[in-house]
Amino acid sequence: MIQVKDLTIRNGAFSIEKVNFTIETGAYAVLMGSTGSGKTSILEVLCGIKKMDSGSVSIMNRDVSKLKPAERNIGLVPQDGALFSTMTVREQLSFPLTIRSWKSAAINKRIDELAPLLRITHLLGRLPQGLSGGEAQRVALGRALSFYPEVLCLDEPLSATDEEMRVEMYELLRTVQKSTGVTTLHVTHSQAEAKALGDRCFTIRNGKLGE
Amino acid sequence: MGLQSEVSSIEKAQPPATQASPAHTRVASDAPFYTGMILIGGFYIFMIVAMLVADLKYTSIPHIFDALKSPEIAYSIKLSLVSCTFTTLLSVWVAVPLGYLLSRHKFPFSSLVDALLDIPIVLPPLVVGLSLLILFQTPAFRKLEEFIPITFAVPSVILAQFMVAAAFAVRTMRVTFDQIAVRQEQVAMTLGCTRSQAFFHVVLPQARKGIITAATLAWARALGEFGPILIFSGATRGRTEVLSTTVYLEFSVGNIDAAVAVSLLMIATSVAVLIAMRSFGLTGFWKAASA
Repeated sequence: MIQVKDLTIRNGAFSIEKVNFTIETGAYAVLMGSTGSGKTSILEVLCGIKKMDSGSVSIMNRDVSKLKPAERNIGLVPQDGALFSTMTVREQLSFPLTIRSWKSAAINKRIDELAPLLRITHLLGRLPQGLSGGEAQRVALGRALSFYPEVLCLDEPLSATDEEMRVEMYELLRTVQKSTGVTTLHVTHSQAEAKALGDRCFTIRNGKLGE
Repeated sequence: MGLQSEVSSIEKAQPPATQASPAHTRVASDAPFYTGMILIGGFYIFMIVAMLVADLKYTSIPHIFDALKSPEIAYSIKLSLVSCTFTTLLSVWVAVPLGYLLSRHKFPFSSLVDALLDIPIVLPPLVVGLSLLILFQTPAFRKLEEFIPITFAVPSVILAQFMVAAAFAVRTMRVTFDQIAVRQEQVAMTLGCTRSQAFFHVVLPQARKGIITAATLAWARALGEFGPILIFSGATRGRTEVLSTTVYLEFSVGNIDAAVAVSLLMIATSVAVLIAMRSFGLTGFWKAASA
């Protein structure tokens, strides 16, 4: 469960004032808003990579407001994937597990689970350069899921994919979310994405949140 | 407004019949533009090539080998290679953390630090040497010299080279880190990394080409350094003599053949460094150097 209470972010001209929302465990929530509305800022605050001015964030009833990103157990898929250019797809997936000192047999088992689910088995030996937008996003999704996060944050993950691939990705995201049961917050400006994927939809407009 | 009236307003906006439409306009040839560019730029290229050809025609291969057999010149080649290598290691060692901090963080006085880093670049090299000499006359540094002789000794050569070369390496590393998306580091931290793990596992491997560029630039810069070495280290034969001082010393005693031979050796080394750098595909070299 994600609980955000009285979240306030002020950054120059734009501000978000006292935003509150709760997302139940296992739900797929979509946060909508136009460009510059602050939806990505909310996601960044959740992940701990942006500071909030006031308020609190709880994950599974644990206050993570003051924790470092690594301590929050949240998987993040950024808009451009942000794949590490020096690592192969296999290394991207194993990276969070290597950092956690997993044994190589356990890492390989986890990759063998994720790669077929995300349809990236044939890409495991490749570097990110040359991957299509959809492939890069599937790898980024696998990397974010590899360490069994309690929450998955998706920041406009389908913005770099074409129409045909987008429909395929809707199905993939739904399948992955159902099979992992991870509580998901998906940020987008597309109503079509929100309708196709969201159990719940929030909209942020002029710094206020509506449902 | 109906469709009919919209069409008539578009028709009204058409250019007058006497004015030719862009599709039929003849524009002047590009030849004068490119001729002007090539003539102005070509003059500089001609001067570089002319200097190199003049150097090569002044001497001959046997003359060059004779000059390089001199024990003093052999020593200056050895000291240049050793000092430039040490300078490069020190420069990169300083440039990586400083470049990273300047690229990623706004800290108090960061603009001042940024401006300070330009001082060794914009100051006349002689002033750097003089300032170092004065610094080592202060009580604290004189005390240091009781343990490690620096002024007019080999360490002074490395320090004089380092003070200038490191500034270029820092600039290069800053541009390198600017080009690596902060988002990657942030994602690494959500994946379980501490800041230092994100730096060493994600950022530093991506900065590899920038590090090689910074090292190459520092090495080349150190090789050509003359002013600070002359003032801070002296130009003592067989002691603090590097290739740039050899050219000066040989020229001052009228041994032009040896001065030209050493100059050609420095040119060959510089060209080799530039070719090596380009073969690594290091783009943005000059941009970094002039940033």
